[in-house]
Amino acid sequence: MDNNDLIRIENLTRVYKVGETQVRALSGISYRVQQGDLLAIMGPSGSGKSTLMNIIGCLDKPTEGKYYLEGEEVSTLDKNKLARIRNKKIGFVFQTFNLLSRTTALENTELPLLYSNIPRKKTRDLAYKALSVVGLEGRELHRTNQLSGGEQQRVAIARALVNSPSLLLADEPTGNLDTKTGAEIMDIFKNLNQEKNITIILVTHDPDVSKIAHKKIYLRDGKIIKEERE
Amino acid sequence: MNIIRTIRISLRALSRNKMRSFLTALGIIIGVGAVISMISIGQGAKRAVEERFDSMGTNLLFVRPGSRSFRGRHGGGGTYQNLTPDDAKAIEEKADAVRYISPNVSTRAQIIYGNKNWNTSIQGVGAKYPEIRNWEIEEGIFFDEIIVKSGQKVCVLGSEVNENLFEGADPIGQIIRIKKIPFRVIGVLKSRGEAGGWFNRDDMIAIPYTTAQRRLIGRTDRINSIDVSAISMARSMEAVEQIEEILRIRHKIAPGAEDDFNVRNMSEIAEGAAESTKILTILLGGIASVSLLVGGIGIMNIMLVSVTERIREIGIRMSVGAREKDILLQFLAEAIVLSFLGGIIGIGMGVLSSNLISHFAGWQTLVSIDSIALAFLFSGSVGVFFGFYPARKASKLDPIEALRYE
Repeated sequence: MDNNDLIRIENLTRVYKVGETQVRALSGISYRVQQGDLLAIMGPSGSGKSTLMNIIGCLDKPTEGKYYLEGEEVSTLDKNKLARIRNKKIGFVFQTFNLLSRTTALENTELPLLYSNIPRKKTRDLAYKALSVVGLEGRELHRTNQLSGGEQQRVAIARALVNSPSLLLADEPTGNLDTKTGAEIMDIFKNLNQEKNITIILVTHDPDVSKIAHKKIYLRDGKIIKEERE
Repeated sequence: MNIIRTIRISLRALSRNKMRSFLTALGIIIGVGAVISMISIGQGAKRAVEERFDSMGTNLLFVRPGSRSFRGRHGGGGTYQNLTPDDAKAIEEKADAVRYISPNVSTRAQIIYGNKNWNTSIQGVGAKYPEIRNWEIEEGIFFDEIIVKSGQKVCVLGSEVNENLFEGADPIGQIIRIKKIPFRVIGVLKSRGEAGGWFNRDDMIAIPYTTAQRRLIGRTDRINSIDVSAISMARSMEAVEQIEEILRIRHKIAPGAEDDFNVRNMSEIAEGAAESTKILTILLGGIASVSLLVGGIGIMNIMLVSVTERIREIGIRMSVGAREKDILLQFLAEAIVLSFLGGIIGIGMGVLSSNLISHFAGWQTLVSIDSIALAFLFSGSVGVFFGFYPARKASKLDPIEALRYE
């Protein structure tokens, strides 16, 4: 066992019950992610990549198998402990941005810190800092509906970064953006990975997006069918 | 996550949708306002009744003839006269819890001054009548014991009679005629206003009871009633007992037999009246509470809609690490903040509207601290009670489904 593994998943299986029938979204996935990796999870829709991301993001629990995050087994934790892990160790970036409407960029960025015990003054400073990392200096007090799609996604990235997570999870982060803006967002991910050594997992079906990744896994029908690494 | 932070989060969430927040709170505003103004009307009525009785004197006692049965047939109270001037004298001399007495003989008569005439109540009373009834003299004097004893033909006018006969001219020293008998006016009583109902307390003339007996009624051995004032309110029950004892002996009533007279205690009557206004207060407050309850249901309704509308927001909050408890507390805090703010505004509205009511309707209103505290606490608990269910519903959402919700 390698203790440098940031993520270790063993024989991960997730079965949904839809009425009488059972849907096997993941069947026996094992994989390791090291600190500093930039991994792309690829696959067509229905391949199980969203399910895998939800489990890695501690939003969901596997039916079978084990999931270790920084050496701690999280597959057995209860809802509240999973919430703490999401708060401390994981940052999410979604395809649809998922920002609070009618709220400023700053307040959106602060959101994860409101659920931790960081003093109020410090949350402000951290939020300003995170927004400057994604290049939104001077736009902190703009409301989300006054920002362009690209800017909204930058706010989402700032929100994911603000609690200095061990892991950044991005689900189709460029899916709702035009090509040029999408490329800018991908540059941000690339820089975060290279300069700040942040571990990033991208979930996408777009080969252009996955170009920046050094590791790729391809899913189909809940199984890894191909692994690539540079 | 501490309380202040929870409140701050919920305040932010509320301020993002000000119109909805205001409409939600409106139910509580109206409810609390209604409770406060309705209770203030009830309490104002109670206060008005108390003041009226206070002005009559709470240590006032009335002695009246009782009913007498004659061959098994009962007459009504006061249907026959069995009180004598000597009864009054005996009470004055023997009952030590009694301060003043005033024998009372009353009749109605036409009175004439110059070319004006007026029909009014003639009260034959003792010299201590103003003290007993807590009644002040506007001008002139009231007759004293000497005048009463000698049965002089003098009178003191009620303010209504004074206005009707003299129309602003100085009445003191003038001669008016009661049943064609000339009386000299020596004083005018201060106006007291209506006692409620038909009876105007200012529409009367006071003359010595001795004069009334001799000149107007023609019978000196009977009086209608006796007004008594006890030494103090605390001793008024004692005074009642002493009077009963004295009169039972004087009227030769066998032990166990019914009294042929009644002694009524003014504070008892006052308490009875206060009790009925208390029922009024409870009734009004109860009706208003219903609107507060409806306001609470309004909060629950809007909060439930708001939870459905904000499923995505809840999902976002959960994805960045909000626990079930955090979401529960946020939505609960929103409901409580709304109902508290509504409560505060409602208190303002209630105080304002009770002032408006007393200004325009002329009713006395009284906003008590108690009713404010009650309404405030009630509105807070409405928030907790009706906010809990939607908040719990929000906290039980699954983060993945909440994030996916369109």
